[in-house]
Amino acid sequence: MAQAAHRGTPPRVIPGFGLTLGVTLAYLGLVVLVPLSMVGVEAGGLGWAGFAAIAAEPRTLHALAVSFGAAAAAAAVNAVFGTLLAWVLVRYRFPGRRIVDALVDLPFALPTAVAGISLAALYAPNGWIGGLLAPLGVKVAYTPLGIGVALVFVGLPFVVRTVQPVLAEIDAEVEESAAALGATRAQGFVRVVLPLLAPALLTGFTMAFARGVGEYGSVIFIAGNIPMVSEIAPLLIVIRLEEYRTDAAAAIAALMLAAAFALLLALNCIQAWHRRRVGAP
Amino acid sequence: MCVLVRTGRRLFSIVALAAGLAVGAAPAFAEATLLNVSYDPTREFYKAFNAAFAAHWKAETGETAHVNMSHGGSGKQARAVIDGQDADVVTLALAYDIDAIADKTGFVAKGWQARLPHDSAPYTSTIVFLVRKGNPKGIRDWGDLAKPGVQVITPNPKTSGGARWNVLAAWAWAEDAFSGDEAKARGYLRAVFRNVPVLDTGARGSTTTFVKRGIGDVLLSWENEAFLAIRELGPQAFEIVVPSVSILAQPTVALVDANAARHGSRKLAEAYLAYLYSPEGQRLAARHYYRPVSPQYADPADMARFPQVKLVTVGERFGGWRAAQQRFFADGGVFDQIYPMR
Amino acid sequence: MKLSGSTRSAAVSEGRFARACLLALGLAFLALFLLLPLAAVFAEALSKGLAVYAAAVAEPDAVAAIRLTLLVTAIAVACNLVFGLAASWSVAKFSFPGKSLLVTLIDLPFSVSPVISGLIYVLLFGAHGVFGPWLRAHGVEVIFAVPGIVLATVFVTLPFVARELIPLMEAQGRGDEEVARTLGASGWQIFFRVTLPNVKWGLLYGVLLCNARAMGEFGAVSVVSGHIRGLTNTMPLHVEILYNEYNFAAAFAVASLLALLALLTLALKTVLEARGAGPAGGPGH
Repeated sequence: MAQAAHRGTPPRVIPGFGLTLGVTLAYLGLVVLVPLSMVGVEAGGLGWAGFAAIAAEPRTLHALAVSFGAAAAAAAVNAVFGTLLAWVLVRYRFPGRRIVDALVDLPFALPTAVAGISLAALYAPNGWIGGLLAPLGVKVAYTPLGIGVALVFVGLPFVVRTVQPVLAEIDAEVEESAAALGATRAQGFVRVVLPLLAPALLTGFTMAFARGVGEYGSVIFIAGNIPMVSEIAPLLIVIRLEEYRTDAAAAIAALMLAAAFALLLALNCIQAWHRRRVGAP
Repeated sequence: MCVLVRTGRRLFSIVALAAGLAVGAAPAFAEATLLNVSYDPTREFYKAFNAAFAAHWKAETGETAHVNMSHGGSGKQARAVIDGQDADVVTLALAYDIDAIADKTGFVAKGWQARLPHDSAPYTSTIVFLVRKGNPKGIRDWGDLAKPGVQVITPNPKTSGGARWNVLAAWAWAEDAFSGDEAKARGYLRAVFRNVPVLDTGARGSTTTFVKRGIGDVLLSWENEAFLAIRELGPQAFEIVVPSVSILAQPTVALVDANAARHGSRKLAEAYLAYLYSPEGQRLAARHYYRPVSPQYADPADMARFPQVKLVTVGERFGGWRAAQQRFFADGGVFDQIYPMR
Repeated sequence: MKLSGSTRSAAVSEGRFARACLLALGLAFLALFLLLPLAAVFAEALSKGLAVYAAAVAEPDAVAAIRLTLLVTAIAVACNLVFGLAASWSVAKFSFPGKSLLVTLIDLPFSVSPVISGLIYVLLFGAHGVFGPWLRAHGVEVIFAVPGIVLATVFVTLPFVARELIPLMEAQGRGDEEVARTLGASGWQIFFRVTLPNVKWGLLYGVLLCNARAMGEFGAVSVVSGHIRGLTNTMPLHVEILYNEYNFAAAFAVASLLALLALLTLALKTVLEARGAGPAGGPGH
């Protein structure tokens, strides 16, 4: 392997190419690619007609709609409040700022199941927040709204952590010149800062969205899991598996994987754009 | 340490296999273990029973017995055993699920049901209605479940044993109510399932949906699960409604011969199942709201809690579980016809 | 470059009132969505008193779940540590065709739903899976046993270390290694004496995140575990079982251990970031 690598290219000074690439490819193949390809094999066993029939089942379509819809809504909420939080963290000095900054990453560190039962306890009609909302007739836990709440929790750090460094880099001079040209503060933000933030914001949004689409642990405790209402696609996969309709589970998984690939591709494109923006002197 | 050794044991077996080594004389396993793969509402009962059995086994043999439990919808659990879940004994919601293991894998010997008394059902139960306090929707009998505006909670008959008892009980009532008109019975069942907003995979999931999430007006529930929900989550919130007729539910138990042979645990597993029929086993079953097959061993106070219900059996009404499964729950059966939204 | 409000001219900073509003809004959002759930875990865990809490945590099944979680995490982190070093070495120190595709593939597990991460191993190793019958015939258990849980965890946490190290090693270039090579150092010497010290904080950072996710993984593990109490239940699964048994105080007690672990992770993360490790570009989710 190492010899093969030398052929055609100038000899490498640093050794270990064959070993490390070999380990990387073998590991990636065994742990990721071969197992993932099983989804295609299993779903492929259905044939096109069988696959299409499962994909077109109303329950499948609805579960996918719930997953993608709730993830998009939660990512949108996070885009607004995540940017606000990043702004506050970058621009303002206040006591406890470092703690708040560290706390933003809580959703990365807190197991999703813990978040799930905790949110369910909070938003249930007898919970701290649910108790306040119940008299207003607002039900969060065990409704699609609950899914949104869980996904906001899960997705928040993605937006904050992508926007924060870019915001820190934006030079005050740009804003100052905008102000000098007679722009109001709000205009300055919308016309000057926001365009500069756009690629980072879109990256954060897409990451939060991608994570939300596949999220399971935090959602199942707080969603009602009612078919055609608040059943998410990953849960439907589990249910199909438990019904031993493995092929149907694989078919839904294949649809979700296709979406994941598309999002990954989109993310790469956005990041290339991002680099062009930020990288430009 | 012991626990770690146990968790690591299966991993060890791979390492040992790869290295071609025998794990051999490992004194750490002086503890005898069993895996009991059970269905949902038996959690509390087997927790108590396993402790009693361990004490009994210790007194009898001096050996420490530890029973591991796995719970879930009965059909799902049976499929897990078929798929390789390493159960020594199965204690499932109905005989057909054990038949399925015997048929599909041979892990359980044919004729398993004759190996233990009372068709291998050491305790029985039935299906009752759990409604919200005061019964605001006025649900009295099976017919009320089909009324518009009544939300019915039941698990999925494809994965849950309790749900299959629910369907058969409802069918038995409908057959009587419509004097055997099958089309009307189907129409009735279709109307009931149109009122079902959520199908959980197991009985416990359904109870949580009804009790904790506040969804639905009536939960079709195992009698023991209904009692338990009231005890755990408040008598002020729920009450039990006993329908005019219900079904004699016989949860069955069996030794998984192939797995027990592999583990060398047959003797322990057989003793475990036999102990279910012992005075102590029967007393504990009644304590946990299962109707014991030998009521003389139960506390009279526990027995007094069971309401009188007219019960039909699967044998006399549906010609046994194989026939019932084929007719109602197989792919394309009655259930698939009346509940096309899968 | 960070600018505090006071150094900016009035034209480019909000008025005092607007600033207070934005700050309050941001903090309120954070409190509502992050702080309150965290507080609720501890409040619920202690709602029945310390004795119930201690009993729930010391219960044999809980202890078994903790041990299994530690075992699985140790294996998964070790595997992904080796992988992460190999992958970052090959990607950062050499150029070869298809490199960006390789990096994308390393990121792939982040985009896959945890449920699918479990499903794929059922398809491979379940009794009706590709290798299932052979494994069964040879008495090897994967699904419904510890190896399946380890595999699912390895899959889910695969990118963490590699993703942290690749940009770091790329930024450091290969100058140090080339110098060491010309001085006659062997490959392993270069790795241990030059590269590893250069990336140690980043490596620790990746391991920290990998560890946190491995301990907390729920969806993937839930699919491949047989849910056997004391045997194949990790801590998050044990939390779910207790929750389903109406044993809420105990469920939250075990959950609070995981929450404490999360807080510890955040604290260590802050320390490591102060040493220059951490997100160079995107977040290390």
